Formats: sequence, structure tokens, C-alpha cells
Amino acid sequence: MKRAILAALGLATTLALPATAEDIKVGLLLPYSGVYAALGNDIDAGFELGLKHFGSDAGATFEIVREDTEVKPPVALGKAKKLILQDKVDVVAGIVSSGVLGAVRNMIDGAGVPLIVANAGNDEATGADCSPYITRVSFSNGQVNRPMGNWMAEQGIKKVFTLAPDYAAGRQMIDAFSASFTAAGGEIVGQEFTPFQKTQDFGPYLAQAKASGADAVYVFYAGGEAIAFVKQYDSFGLKAELPLYGSGFLTSPLYVNAEGPAAEGVITALHYVPTIDNAENKAFAEAFTAETGRVPSEFAVQGYDAARALIEAAKTGATDREALALALRQVSFDGPRGKTSIDPATNNVVQPIYVYETVAGENGLTQKVLAQLPAEADPVNGCQMAPVSN
Amino acid sequence: MAHDLGFWTLQALNALQLSMLLFLLSIGLTVIFGLMHFVNLAHGSLYALGAYFAASLAAVGGYWMGFFLAPVAVAGVGVLLYSGLIKRMRKSGPMAQVLVTFGLIFALLDLTRIFWGDLALAIEVPALLEGRLAFLGVEYPTYRLFIIGLGLAIFAALAFVLSRTQIGAMIRAGVDNDAMAACLGINVERLFFIVFCFGCALAGLAGAVAAPLLSVTPDMGLQILIPTLIVIVIGGLGSLKGAIAGSLIYGFVQTFGAVLAPQLASVLIYALLAAVLVIKPVGLFPAKG
Repeated sequence: MKRAILAALGLATTLALPATAEDIKVGLLLPYSGVYAALGNDIDAGFELGLKHFGSDAGATFEIVREDTEVKPPVALGKAKKLILQDKVDVVAGIVSSGVLGAVRNMIDGAGVPLIVANAGNDEATGADCSPYITRVSFSNGQVNRPMGNWMAEQGIKKVFTLAPDYAAGRQMIDAFSASFTAAGGEIVGQEFTPFQKTQDFGPYLAQAKASGADAVYVFYAGGEAIAFVKQYDSFGLKAELPLYGSGFLTSPLYVNAEGPAAEGVITALHYVPTIDNAENKAFAEAFTAETGRVPSEFAVQGYDAARALIEAAKTGATDREALALALRQVSFDGPRGKTSIDPATNNVVQPIYVYETVAGENGLTQKVLAQLPAEADPVNGCQMAPVSN
Repeated sequence: MAHDLGFWTLQALNALQLSMLLFLLSIGLTVIFGLMHFVNLAHGSLYALGAYFAASLAAVGGYWMGFFLAPVAVAGVGVLLYSGLIKRMRKSGPMAQVLVTFGLIFALLDLTRIFWGDLALAIEVPALLEGRLAFLGVEYPTYRLFIIGLGLAIFAALAFVLSRTQIGAMIRAGVDNDAMAACLGINVERLFFIVFCFGCALAGLAGAVAAPLLSVTPDMGLQILIPTLIVIVIGGLGSLKGAIAGSLIYGFVQTFGAVLAPQLASVLIYALLAAVLVIKPVGLFPAKG
């Protein structure tokens, strides 16, 4: 009797299932406090907006569990464990800092949970440390800077002085630029790496750049360091004789207004700026501004596209961890950044890179796109993964 | 590069400017410490608060409003801290003081984040101080020259007050021997309160002055704390001379280290600190012989 009731119950639940859509549980692993909280919040806002725009196409419903990494690798590892083991999420998205990504990488890979990286740009994550479970929809440090070397050489710039903070991302960004710039016939006449998070005063380095005999300066700085750098560069009067170029984080829409007129005329390269001219970006930028009152940053679009990639994967019918991971590797769509796809050889995003100049607009500073450089897949960099199998 | 005199002049000015900023911070901290043996690790947070107050006030009434009112506002925070916390902690020994003021750093850090958000703020340099001045054969940003001038002016004023006025004599007496000073009828407690608030105001001023140069972020107080402590330890506790000497040494070692030996830049100053501690554990110019 008891068995019959159980069987009936079991039958009833299986019969009931097709009526409700599959539920996909997403763990958002982002810094909501600490130095990168502003980035985490922008990614979160973008992710929410992505679910809102495309969620209904997915044939699944999404439930979000948020965890704060505090930008501390050990904390993030604990939170990742909680998401995977206790909340039993089907997919994890987020991660701002490369250090945090490095800390959770083995846990994610071992547990076989798909992770959609929405910021952390360390080259190894889709190189030597790649995993079939980790796909990156944001950027890699090399990818953003490599095309700029060619482009600047094409503009007739011969000698460049480079500056960046002394940590892994700073070095990867500058190395990628230097390699392509010298390959295109340019010369690096000086290179300094400033102590990371200990340098607020760039005066000594700026005097060096000035004395180096370079035609231009190429830098990578982000956040508070970027603001201080751009303002000090202008205050020393270097902009007129020594034009400033860099990785686009230098003049990100997130904090370009704090830089003020000092940022005018600075030319940088990035995978997204709010002024990219296509229909998807127009819709995204308008919706994001309506929702938050801010212009979308590259971080916002990374969150938005992380949600989009997940939905595209779910559309293939994947709902469990294994199937989602496989589907994510083959995702491709036209998004705000233009044609965006995942390279299944490394699981890194393939996207165009935009060279833009920061100019004064009607409502403060805006980004004028000077060139769209073609999408290029990152070199495999020692990534060894089983190819996509169906 | 090495033969260009202008290059070295520029770097010397950079070093001087960094020194003056550190001087404004370390003088308040060192005198508070010297006078009452009170370790206020949250001094850097008051600097950050000064920068945030200045940013908010500048948004309303321009740079100079922030410049003059931010130190007053920070002194006000100092009064609150003193009456609410520090007065009670006076007798509880250095370990408890270090722990409480260390905790205060994080409390103030989160308060600034809650009030002002996570995005870095910035202040524009006032029109009067924009641009560059030709100076000793180089062009140097006017605003940085202003910081150097301000630091020197405050040093001169403090030197005058400490060595020539009655309150200066009282402070010096308190630093040298607070028990004896109290016996001579000096209200050391009240003196400490005044000095504490004044030290807070100077930290606020340093924040307001640094804001247009650097960016205003919640963790700027944490970043400046270590350099300030190094200045005090090198210079010697409790003395004006120690604060200025320590600041100059830090500024020049840091700046020229970054130029001449960039790989060693962040290590050099710690090596110097260790050397000073080995040779003269009390610092170069301590208040008490």
C-alpha cells in the first residue's frame, strides 16, 4: 500500500514536471564590498538586466544566489564552496579579481560546475589553467592591449614609454602591447612598473617619461590609480608634447567624470564603450541608464553578456551542470559589443576591440570611437582541453 | 637623462612635495603620541575623511570652501572621537589603544563607503592654482608648489608656536615629562584635548590638499598610514624636528628610489627604517633625550 502511494506520488511529480519550466540556479560570486565593490555592483546590474531582456526566451527560469567575495581569495573560495555544495547551484557567474579566479579555479574544475567569468582577465585562466568548465565572456589582459600595438605603429608612432602597476595584470597588459608594437616596427624606449596600491603620486615616473625621448606614453591603470594618473599627467603639461595612450580601463566611463578635462584627448582601447554604434548596444545602453541612472561601463556589459551567454546555453536545452558547461563553450550572439562568441579552444571570448578617444560631449565626457579592430581569438597559450564533443 | 639638471630639479620638487604632505600628517600624530603616549592608528582615516569632506564641500562651494572647512569638520570628528572613545582609553595601555584605533580604521572606512559610495571622487584644482610655473629652470605644476609652500608655512608656524609661545612651552613640558608638567599646574588633560583636535584638523587639511592631486577613495587612509608611521619612527617620537626630518627623508628616498632603482623602490624605505631602528632605536630626533 505504502509503496503504491509512493509510486503514485513519484508518477505525479514526473507528470507535473513538463508543466513548469526548468529552474536554473545561478550563484553570483562578486565583490559587493572592498575596493572592487563598484565593479561588482555594475556587473550585478548588467546581469539582472540581461535576465530581464532575454530570460523569457530561455525555456527555463533563473534563481539567483548572491555571495560577496570581498575581493579576498580565501573568502571567495569559502563562498564558492557554499554555492556549489550547500546551495547546489547549476552555474556560477561573476568574479572580478584575477586572484580570486586563481583561488576558486581548482574547486570549480574539480566539482564540474560551469563558471562564467564576468571580469577577471588573467591570461592563464584561458591559457595554461584553462578548464572545460570555465568560460570567459569579459576579456583577457592580452586581448585588450595586443591590437593597440599594431594600431599605434600604423599611426606613425615610433617610440613609446610604458607604465603600469607592478602586478600580474599590469605586466600582462603591457607585455601584450609591447610584443605587438615592437613586432610592428616600434620601439619601447622605457618601461616602469610602479608599486601596486602603494603609488598615488606618479610625479617621479612622469618626469622619467618626459626625459625618455618617447613620442607617446602607453599605460595601464584602473580605478583610483587611473584617476590620479590621468590628472597628474595633465598637470605636468605632458599631454601636448607626449600624447597619452593606454588600455581602455584608464578612461573607463565608470570614473572618467572624476578625471574631468584631464581625460580629454586620451586615446585608449577596450572591448566596450557606451557609444558603440549598433542596435543591440543602443537598446542596452538606454535600458541600463533607465534602470540605474548611469552610463553602462565595460563591467555592466560583461554582466549583461554573462546572463546572455547563460540564456543562449539554456536555449539549447541544457539545464544540468555538464550540459550547460558544454553549451557555454559554443555560445555566439550579436551583443552590445558587436559579434561576441566563445572560442572553444580556450573558452575565452572573441570580440572586436574599439579604439576610442575621450572627448567633451553635451553631458560631460564621452567616448568617440576612432576604430573598430577586428575580433581575434587569443593564442592558445598552453591550454589543453578536450575538444567540444556532441 | 642623468645629465639633465632640469630632470633632477623636477624630481627634487616631487620629493619635497611628497615630504610636505607627509609632514602635515605626521606632525599631528607624533605630537599626540609624544604628549600622551596615545597611539591613534585611525589618524590616516581622518585624512581620508578630510578628503571626502573637502570633495563634498567643493561640490557645493568650490575648492576653497573645502580647503578651509574640511579641517574644521575633521576637528569636529576629533572632538567626538575624543569624548566618546579616546578619553576612556587613555589609561588602558598601548595594546588596547592600538586594537581600538585599529578597529576604528575599519569602522570609519565602512562609514565613508556608506556615505560616499565606492566610486572614487575627485576635486578640480582651483583656477588660481591651475597650470604650471617656471621654477628653477623647469615647469612645475602650480598646485604642487602650493603644497610645498603650505607645508613650509605650517612648519614655520608650528616651530614658532612650539618654541616661542607659552602654549608651546606647555606642550614641550608635557611631552618631556607629563607628570612633572601636571605638578607645575599645567592641565595636561586639556592640553592633550587641544593638541588632539589640532592634530585631527591638520590630518583633515592634508586630506583636503591631497584630494585634487590624488583621487579620493575609501582606502586612502589605510594607504597613507604606513608611510606616516615610518616617518614618525625614523624621525623620533614627539618632536617637530623629527617629523620634518622623517618626512624629508621619506620623500627623498621614495622619489629618488623610484627613479634610480625602481625595482627596489618599495623596499628601500623599509631598509632605511630597519637601519635607523638598529643604529638609533628611538629615532633620529626624539623629543626626550
